Amino acid sequence: MSTATDTAVSAAPRPIPTRRRSKRMRHRASSAALTVFTWVVTLGFFFPVAWMVFTAFKTEAAAATKTPTIFTSLSFDRFAEVLDRGFGVYLLNSLTASVMSTVIVLLLAIPAAYGLSIRPIIKSQDALFFFISTRFMPIAAAIIPIYLLLQNFGLLDNISALSVLYVGMNLPLAVWMMRSFFSEVPLEIVEAAQIDGANFFTELVRVVLPIVAPGIAAAALICFIFAWNEYFLANLLTSTMARTTPPFLGSFVDGRGQFLAVLSAASTLAVLPVVLAGWLAQKRLVTGLAMGAIK
Amino acid sequence: MTATVAHPTTPPGADDSTRAILTRNGGTGGGRRGRGPKPELSPGQKKALKLARALVWPAIVVAILVTQIPFLVTIYYSFQNWNLMRPGSRGFAGFDNYVTVFTGGAFMQSLSATVVITGSSIVLSVIFGLVIALLLNRKFLGQGLARTLVITPFLMMPAAAALIWKWSMLDANVGMVNWGLSVVGIDPVQWNTDFPALTVIMVLTWQYTPFMMLILLAGLQSQSQETLEAASVDGAGPIRSFVHMTLPHLRQYIELAVLLGGIMLLQVFDPIAIMTRGTGGTKTLSYLLYERAFVGLEIGEAAAYGVITVLLTILVASVALRLLFKIFSSEGAKS
Repeated sequence: MSTATDTAVSAAPRPIPTRRRSKRMRHRASSAALTVFTWVVTLGFFFPVAWMVFTAFKTEAAAATKTPTIFTSLSFDRFAEVLDRGFGVYLLNSLTASVMSTVIVLLLAIPAAYGLSIRPIIKSQDALFFFISTRFMPIAAAIIPIYLLLQNFGLLDNISALSVLYVGMNLPLAVWMMRSFFSEVPLEIVEAAQIDGANFFTELVRVVLPIVAPGIAAAALICFIFAWNEYFLANLLTSTMARTTPPFLGSFVDGRGQFLAVLSAASTLAVLPVVLAGWLAQKRLVTGLAMGAIK
Repeated sequence: MTATVAHPTTPPGADDSTRAILTRNGGTGGGRRGRGPKPELSPGQKKALKLARALVWPAIVVAILVTQIPFLVTIYYSFQNWNLMRPGSRGFAGFDNYVTVFTGGAFMQSLSATVVITGSSIVLSVIFGLVIALLLNRKFLGQGLARTLVITPFLMMPAAAALIWKWSMLDANVGMVNWGLSVVGIDPVQWNTDFPALTVIMVLTWQYTPFMMLILLAGLQSQSQETLEAASVDGAGPIRSFVHMTLPHLRQYIELAVLLGGIMLLQVFDPIAIMTRGTGGTKTLSYLLYERAFVGLEIGEAAAYGVITVLLTILVASVALRLLFKIFSSEGAKS
C-alpha cells in the first residue's frame, strides 16, 4: 500500500522534472483508485446499518421480498407501530438505568481517580491493578449469587438493582480512563493551588475539574454506552416492569407474520441515541476505550 | 494501605503477575519498593495522603461488594449439591460438581467453541481493522465522514446488531447476503442452521473491526512522517517500509487491540443467545453456564462452571495484563 508516499507527495507539491511527470500521473491514478476502494469498503461496512434504517420506513410486504425493493413508498408508520407496542416505556427504563448508573459511577470514580493520580505519594499501581482485575472477571462468575440475592429480597425486575450492577460493571473502566486524564494535569498547577491554601476539595472543583472535564465527559459517555447496550443482566434480571430495550427487541420477532420492517424500526430507535453520541465524540472514544494506554 | 486491601481480594492468579510487574517496574515510581525506609513527609503531605486514600476508598468498597463478594459466594456454591427444583436436598458435595463438569463432555465442547469463536473473531477483526486503518490514514475526499461511518458497527447495540444480521442480512429467504450471492450465481445458503458458528463470528467481526481499527489508526498516526519520507527518499518502496517500519511500530498497538478485544469477546453472550441459542458449536462457556443455572437450575454445577471460567480468564488475563502494564509504563516513561 502506498499510503505514506502518497501523502508525502501530495503534501509537498513542487516543480517536477518532465521525465518524472508520467510517474506522478500514475501516482494520481492509483491514489484515485485507492480512494474509490476505501469508499467501497466503508459503504460495505456501513451497509447493514443503512439498510436497517431504510427498511424501517418500508411496509412489511416491501421489506420481506427476495429481491430487495428500492423504490417503494416510505412512511413513519412502522415507528408509530413500535411506539404503540409500549416501546417508549422500555426506552425510558434503559435511559433510567444508564443515567443512574453513570451518575453513581462518576461520583465514585472522579474522587478515586483524583486520589490515584496524586503520585508518587500513594501506591497507586496496586489499587489500579485491583480495579482493572475486577473488569477481567466474567460477569457469569458472579451472576448466580446476585440472582438469588435479588430474588430473596424481591428485587428482580427492579431498575435500581440493575443500575447498581451496572455501576459495578463500569466503575473499573471509569477509574482507569479518568486516571489517565487526571495524570495529564500538570503538577505545578496542583502545587500552586496548594500553596494558595486551597484545600483538597476546592482544589478538585476549581482547578482540576475544568482541566479534565473533556475526559470526564468521554468516560461518562462510554459508561452510558455500555449500560445502554447491556443485554445479559437485563435479560436475566428484568421481566416486565423494569425491562430495558435490548432484551425487549427480540419480542418484535414474530413467529407467524412478517416483522422485518417493524424490527428494523425498533432497532433504529434503540441504537439512535448511542450512535449519535458516539459520532459526536469519536476522537475521545479511542483514548477512553484504550483505557488511557494510547494518548 | 490500599495495597494491603487490594491483594487478598484480587483474583488469585492476578496476584503473581502483579508482583512480577511491580518488581520489574519498581524503578518507575510507586510500587512495593516504596515500603522500605519511608521518606519523611511534611504534615501537609501526610494530610494529602490521608485524603487521597479517603477518596479512593468508596470506589474500592463498591467494587468489592458488587464483583468480588458474589464471586466468593460462587466458589462456595460450587461445592454444594444444589438444584432449585429439589430445595430439600441441598448439601455439601465436595468436588462432585467439578467431576461432573470435567467428565460430562459438554465442558470440552464448550471450551473449544469459546476458543474458536473468540479466536477467529479477534484475528479477523484485527486483520480487517488494520486494512481499514491503513485506508483511512490517507488524505482523501470525505475522510472524516468515512471514519464516522466505519465506527458505527461498534456503537450499535449488540442485541440489535444480532437481530438485524440474523433476520435482515443472513436470512435464507429474504436476507441481503443471499441476494448478493444470487447476483453472482450462488445458491441461497441456510446460514443460521448450516453455519451457526460462522454467523456468530461474522457479526462479532463486524462489530469489533471498528474498535481494532480505531486503536490501530491511533498507532499509525503516532508514527513519525519524517522517518517514512526519509525511507522513501532512500528508495524504500511502500511495501518494504510497511513491513520493516510500520508493522514493528504498530506491534504494541496490535497487542493492545488483541488484549482489549479479547477481554470483551471472551464474555460475549448476546449474539449467541439471540442468533443460535448455543446450537451447532456456538455454546461458549458463558452460554453454557447460563443454560445450566437458569434453564437446568443446577446451581452447584453452574457455579463450578463459573469458577472454571474465571480461572481460565485469569490465565489469559494475567498474560494480557502484563502486556497492558508494559505499554502503560512505557507510555508513562515517554511523557
